[in-house]
Amino acid sequence: MTGVPLIAARGIYKAFPGVQALDNVDFDLYPGEAHVLIGENGAGKSTLMKILAGAYHPDAGTIEVQGNEVKIQNPREAHSLGISIIYQEYNLVPFLNVAQNIYLGRAPRRQTPLLGALVDHKKMHADAETLLRSLNTDVDTHATVKFLGVAQQQMCEVAKAVSVNARVIIMDEPTAALTSREIEQLFNLIRLLKSKGIGIVYISHRLNEVHEIGDRVTVLRDGRYIDTKQVSEVTVDDMISMMVGRSIENLYPRNYREPGEMALRVTGLSSQALRLRHVNLNVRCGEIVGLAGLVGAGRTELAKAIFGAAPYDSGAVEIFGQPIEKNNSPAKMVRRGVGLIPEDRKSEGLALILSVAENVVMASLERLFPRSFVSGKKEASVVDGAIKDLAIATPSGKRQVQFLSGGNQQKVVLAKWLATNSRLFIFDEPTRGIDVGAKAEVHSLMDRLVAQGAAVLMISSELPEILGMSDRVYAMHEGRVVAEVPRAEATQERLLAYMMGQENGNTRNN
Amino acid sequence: MQETAAKKPAGLRLDLSFVYRFSRIFVLALLVTFMALVTPNFLTGTNTINILRQASLSAILALGETIVILTAGIDLSIGAVLTMSGIVGATVLKMDGVPLWVGVLAGVGCGALVGLLNGLMVAVVRLPAFIATYGTMWIAQGLAVVFLRGYIIYDFDKRFRFIGTGYFLDIPMPIIIMALVFGVFWFIMHKSTLGRSLYAVGARQETARLSGINIQRTLILAYTFSGLCAGLAGMLFVARLNAAEAGLGDSLLLPVIAGVVLGGTSLFGGEGGISGTVIGVIIMMIIINGMNLLGINSVWQGPVQGAIIIIAVILDQWGRRAAARQQVGG
Repeated sequence: MTGVPLIAARGIYKAFPGVQALDNVDFDLYPGEAHVLIGENGAGKSTLMKILAGAYHPDAGTIEVQGNEVKIQNPREAHSLGISIIYQEYNLVPFLNVAQNIYLGRAPRRQTPLLGALVDHKKMHADAETLLRSLNTDVDTHATVKFLGVAQQQMCEVAKAVSVNARVIIMDEPTAALTSREIEQLFNLIRLLKSKGIGIVYISHRLNEVHEIGDRVTVLRDGRYIDTKQVSEVTVDDMISMMVGRSIENLYPRNYREPGEMALRVTGLSSQALRLRHVNLNVRCGEIVGLAGLVGAGRTELAKAIFGAAPYDSGAVEIFGQPIEKNNSPAKMVRRGVGLIPEDRKSEGLALILSVAENVVMASLERLFPRSFVSGKKEASVVDGAIKDLAIATPSGKRQVQFLSGGNQQKVVLAKWLATNSRLFIFDEPTRGIDVGAKAEVHSLMDRLVAQGAAVLMISSELPEILGMSDRVYAMHEGRVVAEVPRAEATQERLLAYMMGQENGNTRNN
Repeated sequence: MQETAAKKPAGLRLDLSFVYRFSRIFVLALLVTFMALVTPNFLTGTNTINILRQASLSAILALGETIVILTAGIDLSIGAVLTMSGIVGATVLKMDGVPLWVGVLAGVGCGALVGLLNGLMVAVVRLPAFIATYGTMWIAQGLAVVFLRGYIIYDFDKRFRFIGTGYFLDIPMPIIIMALVFGVFWFIMHKSTLGRSLYAVGARQETARLSGINIQRTLILAYTFSGLCAGLAGMLFVARLNAAEAGLGDSLLLPVIAGVVLGGTSLFGGEGGISGTVIGVIIMMIIINGMNLLGINSVWQGPVQGAIIIIAVILDQWGRRAAARQQVGG
């Protein structure tokens, strides 16, 4: 890389109580490059980005923007230096339209005398239109943001950044919630931005994206700078071993065995509200059954219907051979030994303001304390056992869950369901947004569960995970189970074709 | 149930979560010192007992209110329910040949019943707690007025009045009853699965539901407890005043909510607890008592309490955020 870097951060230190979040970290970014930043959760990626975006101040170190040393005091200063950040939670006003969001707080005014205080809507929409077209997108400038899909909202954020003449755009896991087609569009957009000389900082957990979109990659581990490499010079395995400091033998540890008793049988389940149409599937003890599908195919809805958390119109659900009455509740399913690890762990899997201990025992209060009295000793032994067993990184069971990293939060959710002694587990995106090390741990835990005779139904948007972990795979498309594929016949191409509704597989065993 | 003092941070930085946790006790100590310095009568035995006796009625109401607020709800009806239960109890007490305990039970039961109705509206009909209990407040208050038509029920049996005015081992009965209620609620909140459910529902209702917790039962019980506390406080009030009238519970709601908030229970639910509430109510009572001792016109009590609610919530949010910020790592 030659020329003056857009950003050059040198020797950045940042401490929080009890943790050195950044320890002498270097990072630079040149015009027109995409610099990927990877590392496990808690490695310091977000802290570094927040320092560049002015949200945190470094304890020590220097930051140069286009060759001039600067002190970025707050996000507004970062903006005026041409640095924009797109967080995972978008900063858009849901009830305003696209153009209003792009020009929020700096809308063009009318030129007519006396009306100068009023917004020139025509010009604003025309400007927004030009801007969006220049980004090769067809988002309607009049659309209300609330009703846009994730990808289109993201496009608004990018357009906003471009409209303030950002030279640096930081993207925090931009593909986490996108479908594969949307990801392709995003990558095209990033290439376009690069061609305009904009530098992209790209934070991701998806290592297979690094080669597709990145020019250089920097690895952080435990707040320390590990290395920066040309993307062309490293393999995914190299990156993993740099991230974890050891090589992970196998991301998908599975021991396959003969399935046993029927744990779950769903017959002809339909729901107008959930847009499920005549779903048939079954899961036996000792097997992991994958449920593949695009976002919106109805997988989460199906999981909720089975778990009694959402009502369905017709069809039958059997758990361990017992028919389940139709207006059911999660409470009843928990008593029958069913657990749901939901997709959205922060709002459905955890109570963030409660402690690790309170979260861990939340689903097994009845089982652990059948006489309604909480025994501190028993609780502590369950909680401490779970912390040790799952290697949850927390100083104690009393720590609020919101202060744990994503991977450790997910382990708390798992601990909650392990404490129930459930025998049928529905995992909805069990490793979304967690780092490679924690991912492997979650996978080996799933294998351990089925080894002990439990049954697992696993929803995942990551096909490698589906292929790596499942005994069998069901593919869903628009509310239907369109195919059942045994492990030996499952390939990414074949599953994708089913998921996109290209082919109709024959659904067997039903 | 809050975050216990975190690991000592590196260097000389103050551990904010520790400061936050004990901030209420600092405030109480400061207030007592200040009052003792400016008014010679403040620290006398009689005045202290007086404050605690006044505080105990509000504290009983506030304990019930705390449980509702912990579930991320609110009960605006407690003052009116206190009035209504007091009148119902008083009426039954005045009936010939009815044992005293039946009268007391009628009052307390009336409170619990109204609480149960509040709970059903919130948990089953899914009305916002604010609307359900605000409506209940006007209904209960209105019924009390209609029923009494301006009359006052007064002059009760001495044995009944004992619960409001008597002493046991030199301690006023209301304080003892408050302590008993506190003990029962402390056990429920910290040693029973119901307590866990209450916190879970308040902290994140959807997570609690998906964890198999019975949301409806939990919410109904919370509002029933609150109504029961209002009924009990109503009977104590009647016993102390030796009279029941339609203005019994007026101007009780404000100091009770102020006390809960001062005690550090989050209006968003799931955080705080009943121990803080007792301290919060005592702080409120000292402020009101202090204003009386300092000869400040009682019309100022309303504005002062309103301001305290707002300032307490602002400080609480600051404190929580500052303590949280210190905890966040990379």
